[in-house]
Amino acid sequence: MPNGTTTIDTRERIAGPGEEKGTLTGWVQDLIYTVDHKKLGFLYIGTGLLFFVLGGIMALLIRAQLAFPDGRVVSPEVFDGLFTMHGTVMIFLVAMPIVFGMANYLVPLMIGARDMAFPRLNAFSFWLTFFGGCLLFFSYVGAPGLYDAGAAPNAGWFAIAPLTSRAFSEGPSIDYWSLSLIITGIGSVTGAINIMVTIFCYRCKGLTLYRLPLFVWMTVVTMFLVILFLPPLSAAQIMLTLQRYLGAKFFDTQAGGSAILWQHFFWIFGHPEVYILVLPSFGVMSEVVPVFSRKPIFGYPMMVAASVLIGFISAGVWAHHMFTVGLNSFGQTFFAIATLAIAVPTGIKIFNWLATMYGGKIRLELPMLFGVAFLFHFLISGLTGVMLGVAPFDWQLNDSYFVVAHFHYVIVGGILFGIFAFFYFWYPKAFGRMLDKRLGLLHFWFFTIGFHLTFDPQHFAGFLGMPRRIYTYHPGRGWEIWNLISTIGAFVQGIGILFFVINLLWSAWKGKIAGDDPWDAWTLEWTTTSPPPEYNYDKIPTVASRRPLWDLKHPEDPDWRFE
Amino acid sequence: MNAELTATVETEWKLPSPRVVGMICVIMTESALFTIFVVAYLFYIGKSVSGPYPHEVLELPILGTVLLLSSSGTIVVAEHMLQKDRQAGFNLWWFITFALGFGFLIYTAVEWNKLIHLGLTINSNLFGSTYYSLVGLHASHVVVGLILIGLILVMNLSGRIRDFHHEHIMMISWYWHFVDAVWIIVFTVVYVISAKS
Amino acid sequence: MKSASNAAEQSSDPVERAGGLVSHLLFWFFVFIPGLGLAQEPGVRNIQNIFNPQSKPAQLIHSTAALTLLVCFGIFVVVAGLLFFAVWRYRRKGPEDDNEEPPQVYGSAAIELAWTVPPLLIVTMLVLATARTIGEVQNAKFPDDALQITVVGHRFWWEVRYPQFNFVTANEIHVPVSYLSAARPVRMTLESADVVHGFWVPELNGKTWLVPNRKNEMWIQPTTLGTFVGNCTVFCGPQHANMLIRVVVQPPDDFFDWVAKQQAPPMARPAGEEGKKAFVANSCGTCHRIGGTATDGVFGPDLTHFASRETLGSGVVPNNDENLRVWLRDPQTLKPGCRMPDMRLDDKQIDEILTYLKGLK
Repeated sequence: MPNGTTTIDTRERIAGPGEEKGTLTGWVQDLIYTVDHKKLGFLYIGTGLLFFVLGGIMALLIRAQLAFPDGRVVSPEVFDGLFTMHGTVMIFLVAMPIVFGMANYLVPLMIGARDMAFPRLNAFSFWLTFFGGCLLFFSYVGAPGLYDAGAAPNAGWFAIAPLTSRAFSEGPSIDYWSLSLIITGIGSVTGAINIMVTIFCYRCKGLTLYRLPLFVWMTVVTMFLVILFLPPLSAAQIMLTLQRYLGAKFFDTQAGGSAILWQHFFWIFGHPEVYILVLPSFGVMSEVVPVFSRKPIFGYPMMVAASVLIGFISAGVWAHHMFTVGLNSFGQTFFAIATLAIAVPTGIKIFNWLATMYGGKIRLELPMLFGVAFLFHFLISGLTGVMLGVAPFDWQLNDSYFVVAHFHYVIVGGILFGIFAFFYFWYPKAFGRMLDKRLGLLHFWFFTIGFHLTFDPQHFAGFLGMPRRIYTYHPGRGWEIWNLISTIGAFVQGIGILFFVINLLWSAWKGKIAGDDPWDAWTLEWTTTSPPPEYNYDKIPTVASRRPLWDLKHPEDPDWRFE
Repeated sequence: MNAELTATVETEWKLPSPRVVGMICVIMTESALFTIFVVAYLFYIGKSVSGPYPHEVLELPILGTVLLLSSSGTIVVAEHMLQKDRQAGFNLWWFITFALGFGFLIYTAVEWNKLIHLGLTINSNLFGSTYYSLVGLHASHVVVGLILIGLILVMNLSGRIRDFHHEHIMMISWYWHFVDAVWIIVFTVVYVISAKS
Repeated sequence: MKSASNAAEQSSDPVERAGGLVSHLLFWFFVFIPGLGLAQEPGVRNIQNIFNPQSKPAQLIHSTAALTLLVCFGIFVVVAGLLFFAVWRYRRKGPEDDNEEPPQVYGSAAIELAWTVPPLLIVTMLVLATARTIGEVQNAKFPDDALQITVVGHRFWWEVRYPQFNFVTANEIHVPVSYLSAARPVRMTLESADVVHGFWVPELNGKTWLVPNRKNEMWIQPTTLGTFVGNCTVFCGPQHANMLIRVVVQPPDDFFDWVAKQQAPPMARPAGEEGKKAFVANSCGTCHRIGGTATDGVFGPDLTHFASRETLGSGVVPNNDENLRVWLRDPQTLKPGCRMPDMRLDDKQIDEILTYLKGLK
């Protein structure tokens, strides 16, 4: 073996989390005090999963209310709280923590580092996120109490002004929304800074930026977007809170304030936010598809360039969420052009993944199953996104169930499927055991079929004029059949999630032992044990190409000869 | 055998400093935050439906600006002193920086007191809301900067800050320069551009 | 239904013809299936469909929309086809496949360039179509005597003002139909009295916001008779779902008859006199103005010609005696969260006011 490279270790499996301490108290204490990026990764992802179940229950209630016309499952006020909380929880307390959890767990391992740049700041970021989430849920029981769902935020997840002013939203519901998100926002920004510093300053020897695993590259762009575009949301929420408590006039239309300005500020955050959520899933795809096609990613430099370009353009498309507010033709045309432009680098990434599969030997293991489903769903949602980017089409489709269908296709069909692929691919590394295959297949099929049953019909409801955020509808509008199918699908998805959770728990104890490298993969994390020791690597590795483990396994045909 | 790999092992592996990258990220994120408040201020120029209006109550804050911007100069002098390991000089100029920054805060407090008596409050009109939020956000960053500078002052009472802390001190001075740069923008937007409206 | 798709089919442009065919298919799919077995009131277009435009701006939007849909569908077929083909053709066939890794291809600048160009061209084409339609709809020119309506959004009802005819009504908008030979565009100014609302009748035009402290403009030019049902599209509070719109498109003669009736004060009916007194005595007039009386309330809908309207509560229930009685007893039972409180009327007052309101034709 050449100097400076790591050996593939065959020592005994190191005990997994919780096993060595013996006591439950010891285990809990360990998690509370930890600054280890891997344990914080578990905490972030565990938090995300917990809130996912809660947000999912809200979704089931929403669908139950909308299954039939003139529904009476919940009152209008409770329904308003449900859709607001469902959106807020899923974006800020599920997707964001899981994004940070994935980055936390994988980045130091993938770059051959021992931990994040600032481990204590890392813990601080997590606990801020967690407490922000607790504060948001406290709104259900805070004044005026549980009756009528307490003071849960109820003005929609993007809280349009001036509905959010004191005049129209008495009580603290909007304040719970603003304050918990300001807190989680600080957690996100500090976490992002930590991850950026880690990637730029703690790479192992030989790991130039041009050799970074694509997951790490996507994380760089993601965290860059967090650093630049989370502050606008906090700024807008600070202004809203100043208005509600000190009488400031920012969005007070009686005093000359502008409701449209709130929209601009929110969507300057809101659009980059969706790229923040999807880029890590692109990263997962870029690791999973090559390994299960047995070929390197096709066109690494263009994948990097396209992602960076997406990051930049995403800053300039926000008003495509505002095509119907009454912008002038120049504004509409500009943002339509920018939106359609961003479709190009996003779309060609799909071609890169396809080209990776072409000429390969595709193994349809669970990570790849979810990967193929991701590609299919992301293709569709990208195309419905193009439809929404054509401003006149958007004048019809905006604020209707077509938009609801589009973004759920991106977030559930795309991002969540990418997260599932992440689980099935890296769970063996984290826990030392494989996730069960049969439970995994049940999860996949129930969830995928349920997903299509839920969201495909919503496109049609949108075509037929069904607006968003209505707690009920009259019969005879042509919406009944689509809503009913959609509701059935939601419960089928729920069954899929049940299988998933059971799989996660059962496999931690009874899953097949994984070994260091169960998938025959090529990046650094597969060179250490499963699970990795607390210090990650015996000896910090040195790399000479993008696929260090391929080089080790194929000394006659190493990558560095061709890159 | 692995000429490429051997070459990698032998060449020096230089990575950027974590403190520097971290502070650059902090400055980027704070810039994004300030940008929104500046945009709100600019957008609402001339849109207040009632007074007081900028031209009625604002005066150029010459003294405050001189205090704050010269503190950027004095902090650079202090850094040079430290690099030459001149403790006394470092202490002196570092303290002057603190005093100048503190003087700026006093100046702002006096100005706000005058404005409040003239009827400009955060809830009087759009001008008041955007003015106090923007200038106040800047002042809060000055406070944070003074806390950092003050901490170093206290730590150095026992001469603990040495020349090898050069990078730590530089990060604090970068933050301080950032705060001053924001003031230049606030000054331009509030006291120059909107002053006639 | 056929006007848009027929026009497209008669066009000589093959893309427009294809778009027309697609929208034909879409129309039958989206209307036929949901329309199965549902009783509809005659002439009331409860089922709206963006691919079935019945008004000039909606038709302008439709041509670009159908083109976009066609293009996107084509891309979907090609790329999804490639995906499923790849999964099938390049699948691992068995353990014998594990002996050797396939050729490790890193990339190809030529191929990447080749697959970047078609998307750029497609996007350029869509941008051009988009820009054209934006201009056609937003910068349309109107004759000076075009009908002008101001719609003011309230929580949770629509105030409708006809400044040229000097009257105000609520929740129902009447407009004359347009023919090819006699286009009658209707300009609408959209304002709001409280929070943001959205106005959307899919077959007449795309939606536009009603924003407080701002005037937005839109227009419609309906080419079919009937009552078009729409919704508020921006969440405005608990009864956002029941803030329905009805646009009644009439032949021009009928329209001007309606205008004349709206301008006139309601006919005095002796049967309604007691009710009129009760209306004033119970402070109903603080919120509801009725022409020809001393009331001038603007917080709630103008009730001058209340009995001429098809629905109560901006579309929540049909306007008949039974529903009106329930509404007067306690509006919160029909529209919980609406701004009209329980006025605590006793049965006698309800009877009297009901008789009065029924006479306000």
